[in-house]
Amino acid sequence: MHTTVTLLADAPAQLLPARQLMAFTLASHIILVPFGVALPLITLVMHYRGLRHHDPVALLLARRWSAVMAVQFAVGVVTGTVLSFEFGLLWPGLMGTWGGVFGIGFGVEAWAFFLEAVLIAIYLYGWRRLKPGTHFLLGLPLPAAALLGAFGILAANSWMNTPQGFTLDAEGKPVDVHIWSAIFTPMFGPQYWHFVVAMLVTAGYTVAGVYAVGWLRGRRDRYHRLGFTVPFTLAAVFTPVQMLLGDSIARSVFHKQPVKFAATEMVWRTDTRVPEYIFGRLRPDGSISGGIKIPQLDSYLAGFTADTRVTGLTSVPASDRPTAAQATITHWAFDLMVVLGSLLLLLALWYGWCRLRRRRLPRSPWFFRGAACAGVASVVAVECGWVTAEVGRQPWIVYRHMRIAEAVTATRSTSLWIMLGLVIVVYVFIFGSLLAVLLKMRTGWRLADARPAAGERHEGPETGTPYGPRSPVPAGDPRSSGDTGAAPAEDGRP
Amino acid sequence: MIAAVIAVALLLAVAAYACAGGTDYGAGFWDLTAGGAERGKRPRWLIDHAMAPVWEVNNVWLVFIFVIMWTGFPILFQTVFSAMWVPLALAAIGLVLRGAGFALRKPVRRIAGRRLYGAVFALSSLLTPFFLGAAVGGIASGRAVPGTEASAHAWANPTSILFGLIAIVSTAFLGAVFLAADATRFDAPDLVGYFRRRALGSLVALAVLAGIMLSVTRSDAPHVWHGLTHGVGLGLVVLAGACSLATGLLLLRRSGAWSRLTAVGVVAAAVLAWGAAQRPYLIPTSLTVAEGAGPPSSLRWVGLVSLVAAVVVCPAVAFLYWLDTHGQLEPLSDDDLHRTEPGRDDPPGRGRTDRKDPVHGGTTDPGPDGPRDPR
Repeated sequence: MHTTVTLLADAPAQLLPARQLMAFTLASHIILVPFGVALPLITLVMHYRGLRHHDPVALLLARRWSAVMAVQFAVGVVTGTVLSFEFGLLWPGLMGTWGGVFGIGFGVEAWAFFLEAVLIAIYLYGWRRLKPGTHFLLGLPLPAAALLGAFGILAANSWMNTPQGFTLDAEGKPVDVHIWSAIFTPMFGPQYWHFVVAMLVTAGYTVAGVYAVGWLRGRRDRYHRLGFTVPFTLAAVFTPVQMLLGDSIARSVFHKQPVKFAATEMVWRTDTRVPEYIFGRLRPDGSISGGIKIPQLDSYLAGFTADTRVTGLTSVPASDRPTAAQATITHWAFDLMVVLGSLLLLLALWYGWCRLRRRRLPRSPWFFRGAACAGVASVVAVECGWVTAEVGRQPWIVYRHMRIAEAVTATRSTSLWIMLGLVIVVYVFIFGSLLAVLLKMRTGWRLADARPAAGERHEGPETGTPYGPRSPVPAGDPRSSGDTGAAPAEDGRP
Repeated sequence: MIAAVIAVALLLAVAAYACAGGTDYGAGFWDLTAGGAERGKRPRWLIDHAMAPVWEVNNVWLVFIFVIMWTGFPILFQTVFSAMWVPLALAAIGLVLRGAGFALRKPVRRIAGRRLYGAVFALSSLLTPFFLGAAVGGIASGRAVPGTEASAHAWANPTSILFGLIAIVSTAFLGAVFLAADATRFDAPDLVGYFRRRALGSLVALAVLAGIMLSVTRSDAPHVWHGLTHGVGLGLVVLAGACSLATGLLLLRRSGAWSRLTAVGVVAAAVLAWGAAQRPYLIPTSLTVAEGAGPPSSLRWVGLVSLVAAVVVCPAVAFLYWLDTHGQLEPLSDDDLHRTEPGRDDPPGRGRTDRKDPVHGGTTDPGPDGPRDPR
């Protein structure tokens, strides 16, 4: 406890609100990321199916998903822009010193994002008038652009975890920068693939979960069946892959960031035959209360033998490692992620068994209950993974090179607290509105599905959604009142 | 040398944001001033209509500016964000509220809700460019010296406030010019005149503000003033003036197809003039381009990334605008799929690929032949 108090007393007053603000905005933004990165792919798979088999139901699903994609992308753009402001507003020291070394990743991200915004606009608005093949082909680069965007962000984050590609001059300023090695740092590969697959799995389970709920409520038509199976199959196939990737990233952390690994596993003293704790709490004196202790397992997991030497937290001075509380948070986040991942793996195996052996969907309502929760579970797992990565790195913003306290802004902490309050209010408003829009779209689609066939373009299900048909000209202009206003007259084009 | 190239790239990105983002903000400005729910209905419809497919692309320019700043000129980034904390924080909040307000007001049906979202969108369209402009004013007047901590002095001064106002008026000007052209495109002749008058009004306001700026900056930002009245800076100022005159004439002559180009010319030339006037400083008289530059290898990579961005993104954006202006981007609707559903034997594309068909040809006759879908 003593060390924690000293450290907190030394920390600038801005640190706490700046951290809270960054954590809050990132945690909110990260909810939208899976849908930005992986929903385009899932939508295109469904779209392909629709085109290939002339399947109108698949096309309908793909088009509706593209509308969801657009709405969440719009909100993701603004929350993402806020993050780039926050690099400067909250961590000027980080960007001022290291921006030249690791900032380039964001450059790649920016233009990938640019491209994604353009492609989404084309994909979204191209359904009616572009040729189906052309439209699909113009949508195809979307997943690639999304992967490229993730590449940039993950390059920057993995650099903060394992910084390299520079030498320090006499004043401690980075010179002689090698961008290539600053991008492809040791943690980059493990982080990137773990992240990409996490996004895919999360988006798949979340989309499938929506139709699982419908299935449980008795809507068992082809629409729901297709809406469930395509995303769920994608997610289920990648779930075992994700377990392997998770194992590999944990091992990379063990080798490249031993202190972070120690925090994740709550290892106090460097030793062999280290036990594994499932949950539990690390006390500031190094003892562990609560949790389930499994002897020797941690050493086994880290190096496949009980003789593996695991570095402990005390291998570095207290000021260079996460506090006991931070280690406990990291550990809990990690364990929760692993538990959720394992549950999802069981669900995926259940599904795989029924599909491959019995050639049908599982019949048990418990399977669909599980599937309905799988989306939320994977979002929670994503948040946990991010907490593990970021809290485990404390107190470093650039691992072993710059502490968070050195990077934080000099702005008065009062301004930061006010900003935090404002941002929370604004985000609650935005995410509340986003949810309202999605629910409204769903209601509109249900009504559209329930009513008999009719070309009711004038009040289509998406008329009221942000990217729905553009509204007709309001009364007062006789020339256009019969038109939906969606299309310019032939001669009105420039 | 490479630092100067990247500084030019940064300036070009700023100019691109001022034009693309500015048009976007300008639409918000006219939304704010469109009047009550009934009176402002038609202008607001046009604003919604014109912005829908392209609006979010515009803000990515800002992210691009930041990336070039922090990778190419990290000290500049640190200085600006430390000194201009308040305006930049407010601009960030304005950006969020604006995006959300625009995207989310459409689903709201109740008039009170629409007013709330509309007001959020319109007000933040005003505040965001003001604060961004104020931050630029703080840089131009050299008040953000490296090491400056956040202070009102850096952004609440004559030059900053003037820059903020100029930012608002330029966005209004761009917005009005583009909306006048959009009104032609979307066949709303009454709105053409409506926005043309507003474009001319804001052009006059812009000219007045530019005049005031030249007198204020003479004492308040002498380096920039000197740059604007000599050499390349002067040339660009003259170009901006010529573009203004051309825009004014084109707007008056009612054949305003080219007015968009000249309006962009006004704003772009003004931004470039400011950049040229700052030479050789990033922040006048305290931080030169050479001093603020990051490691040379980073600069080369920023150059490469910008080049790739230009090669990849520019055609994509041009393609998007082309598709949009040629009526190829149509909103989605369930009916497009219903038309394809009469039978599996009917390829999904048939019946909706014919571009020459009147758009509504397919739906006036909703196709009684066949079930809608298997549900």
